[in-house]
Amino acid sequence: MSTMLKIAGLWTSFAGFVAIQDVHFDLSAGETHAIIGPNGAGKTTFFNLITGRLRPDRGTVNFEGTELVGLAPERIVRMGIARSFQRINIYPRLSVFENVQVALIAHAGQHWNLFTPGRSLHRGDTADLLRLVNLGAEAREVAGELSYGKQKQLELAIALAAKPRLLLLDEPTAGMSPQETAGTIALIRDIVRARGLTLLFTEHDMSVVFGMAERISVLHHGEIIASGTPDAVRNHPEVKRVYLGEHAIG
Amino acid sequence: MLSRTPAVAVVVVVLTLALMPLAGSRYAIDLATQVLIYCLFALSLNVLIGYTGDVSFGHAAYFAIGGYACAILLTTYRWPLVLALPASIVVSGLAAAVIGYFCVRLTQIYFAMLALAFAMLVWGVAFKWKGVTGGDDGLTGILVPKLLENHTAYFYFTLGSVAVGVALLWMICHSAFGLTLVAIRENTVRAGFIGVDTRKMRWGAFTVAGTFAGLAGALFGMYNRGMYIENAFWTESAQVLIMVLLGGIYSFVGPLIGAAVLYLLQVVTNQYTPYWPTVLGLILLVVVLVLPDGLVGLAKRVGGRAARA
Amino acid sequence: MTLPVFLTNVFYGLALAMNMFVIASGLSLIFGVLRVINFAHGMFYMFGAYIIFTVTKSWGAPFFVGVLAAGAGLAVIAVVIERFLLRRLYDKEHLMQLLFTFAIVLLMSDVAKMIWGTDQYSVGYPPALRGAIRLGPTIVPQYLVFLCIAGPLIAITMWLLVDRTRWGRIVRAATQDREMLAALGVNVPIVYAMVFTIGSALAGIGGALAAPRIAVVPGMDATIIVECFIIVIIGGLGHLWGSFLGALAFGFVVQFGAIWVPNWQDVMPYVLMLAVLLIRPWGLLGRPELSR
Repeated sequence: MSTMLKIAGLWTSFAGFVAIQDVHFDLSAGETHAIIGPNGAGKTTFFNLITGRLRPDRGTVNFEGTELVGLAPERIVRMGIARSFQRINIYPRLSVFENVQVALIAHAGQHWNLFTPGRSLHRGDTADLLRLVNLGAEAREVAGELSYGKQKQLELAIALAAKPRLLLLDEPTAGMSPQETAGTIALIRDIVRARGLTLLFTEHDMSVVFGMAERISVLHHGEIIASGTPDAVRNHPEVKRVYLGEHAIG
Repeated sequence: MLSRTPAVAVVVVVLTLALMPLAGSRYAIDLATQVLIYCLFALSLNVLIGYTGDVSFGHAAYFAIGGYACAILLTTYRWPLVLALPASIVVSGLAAAVIGYFCVRLTQIYFAMLALAFAMLVWGVAFKWKGVTGGDDGLTGILVPKLLENHTAYFYFTLGSVAVGVALLWMICHSAFGLTLVAIRENTVRAGFIGVDTRKMRWGAFTVAGTFAGLAGALFGMYNRGMYIENAFWTESAQVLIMVLLGGIYSFVGPLIGAAVLYLLQVVTNQYTPYWPTVLGLILLVVVLVLPDGLVGLAKRVGGRAARA
Repeated sequence: MTLPVFLTNVFYGLALAMNMFVIASGLSLIFGVLRVINFAHGMFYMFGAYIIFTVTKSWGAPFFVGVLAAGAGLAVIAVVIERFLLRRLYDKEHLMQLLFTFAIVLLMSDVAKMIWGTDQYSVGYPPALRGAIRLGPTIVPQYLVFLCIAGPLIAITMWLLVDRTRWGRIVRAATQDREMLAALGVNVPIVYAMVFTIGSALAGIGGALAAPRIAVVPGMDATIIVECFIIVIIGGLGHLWGSFLGALAFGFVVQFGAIWVPNWQDVMPYVLMLAVLLIRPWGLLGRPELSR
């Protein structure tokens, strides 16, 4: 498997607080990789650095041969990387349909079209995508009024609309009931398999992590203290000490 | 959510306006002309406020630039209207493009202040460039083509021009461009993460808004037979902003309604009392405290309740 | 330009700057804590000038009583506005708060018209400060010297208040995190009310101090509010010494602009604001996070 994402020597700090220190990270194409770590370990910051929302103080982020550091988020998206957000980040006053539709319009580069009515574009693809994430029935509802779980599904749909090759999901099952979690996991697994996506996700729910991930990296105080197969990580002494502690691991 | 005006209502309104000169007095015709101009002005501002989410305190600049440009081309350089009008629209569009380029580098209050700063600069230039603009005496005696000197003729000209303007803005606001602008308004960060260069699009919106404001300004100057520096002062920007808010920023027709209501209210109030500022202030208080989505929003809520009852 | 002339101009510029600082500092303070740009600040300034006129001319009180009355009067007005109206808007969007303050401008302008009419008034210098002082090679009016002393005095007082007192610490915390402060048991609404009152009182005092040098007339609020904006933008919204710096920049640009570019002197402040907003939108002493 070829290396899709190669990160080296990544450092970033906020007002003296070092958030990410000397991170080296490799992601192979087609891999499903989980990043875990306690709250405040820097997982979201890590995602922000990859997707261009933050600029690192030092280091390189190389995606299929292209250097991402310094590029604006919109350019990085166009290269095939999409993400969802930990805190719901949708368009509240637009309908569910429009939330996805506008993403498809943007992906097709039609957002500068001043003539064609926005409503008429990509209707079929939008409906398909909504059905895929089980939001077909809610298409006309105002996105801001959906339940939390459904908003998370919408988050996923918007990310998929960018037709990414690398998908970054930031706590996709956060705040979900066990049922919703199981459903979401199955859905993500299906989509990843069907589209041949590379998946990088963060999670707190260990059953999700160990159920889905082919490889796991553990982030602690901005450093990766372990990286490898689930078994290797599970038995890693540093990880046990710092993070997994007394919890029984599934 | 973008609202839809049933085509029937549009036709009714346009027909009513077109037939008005047959029944109305000259005073009514003049009033209607002014209202139409401010409707277009307010609509242009809402491209920025309602559709993009950028509040500008300096929109009158492009109104003034369009008005002055058209006036100067017609009067000082004796251009025919068929050249002067498009040229003045282009000039205001260019001004908006240049100024907008800088403004969109900032957001929120800083964007608003920078837009205001530029607008006051335009005011200052109009003030000082006495030779070209007439300074604080104003640019008077604007030469309007003979065909349009008649009040009714000018009304129809305005109606036609504003109708074209509104139709174009309708198309733009409901296009893929318009939908993406709304996404930017709703969640600028997310819009960036679906591959949109948000700054560039906000720039585009700024330019569009300024262009149509310029058209309104040109129509105003010719109607008024004069352009004055007050038309560029921040109070003019504030007034059109209130018009937009009163009508409702979340619908296409909101600004049209707000402009009409506010303008007519001002005319009526001025006949009975010099205390229009108090009335305006109270209106603004009501909008701010109770009606953030304006009259259209109120109508929707009342209508929704009635439908459920 | 000879040295005496230069020094005279420096002084006049300084005096103007100090007067403007008193007013602008109030605007900056209110924004720093409440995150509201108070459009009505110019109107408060105007009321300050009207009040001192009434108190000194109509009631015959001494000048400094007038200044205090202006401060007190605006404090009362501010308390009323904050308590009954502004308080309802803290959770709404900033645009709504801005428009609210503009509504106050409209209402107060008519109130002013009702009380004082549209005539132009003048306020005389206080008898104690009517003369002139020789300062080196130049002679300057005593009142300007007073302004040049009062300005920094007020600046230092405010700085001590905000930097060295417990109350000041609370105010500074309120600029960072309102919710955390409330969670710690601080009565945030009272803090807001006090800040709004003090800031507004400063506008009133600034207006009273400016009254002897200008015409007290309707519309004086319109120019002053824009000038205040320029100053706080230059210095950095919410930053006390930023306003001081901004006021200095403003004062000197206006004073020397009148000499060097007399035709364009009115535009110079806007050019200055433009330059700052384009190069350093958060102002000379402000923090970048507020501008994006």
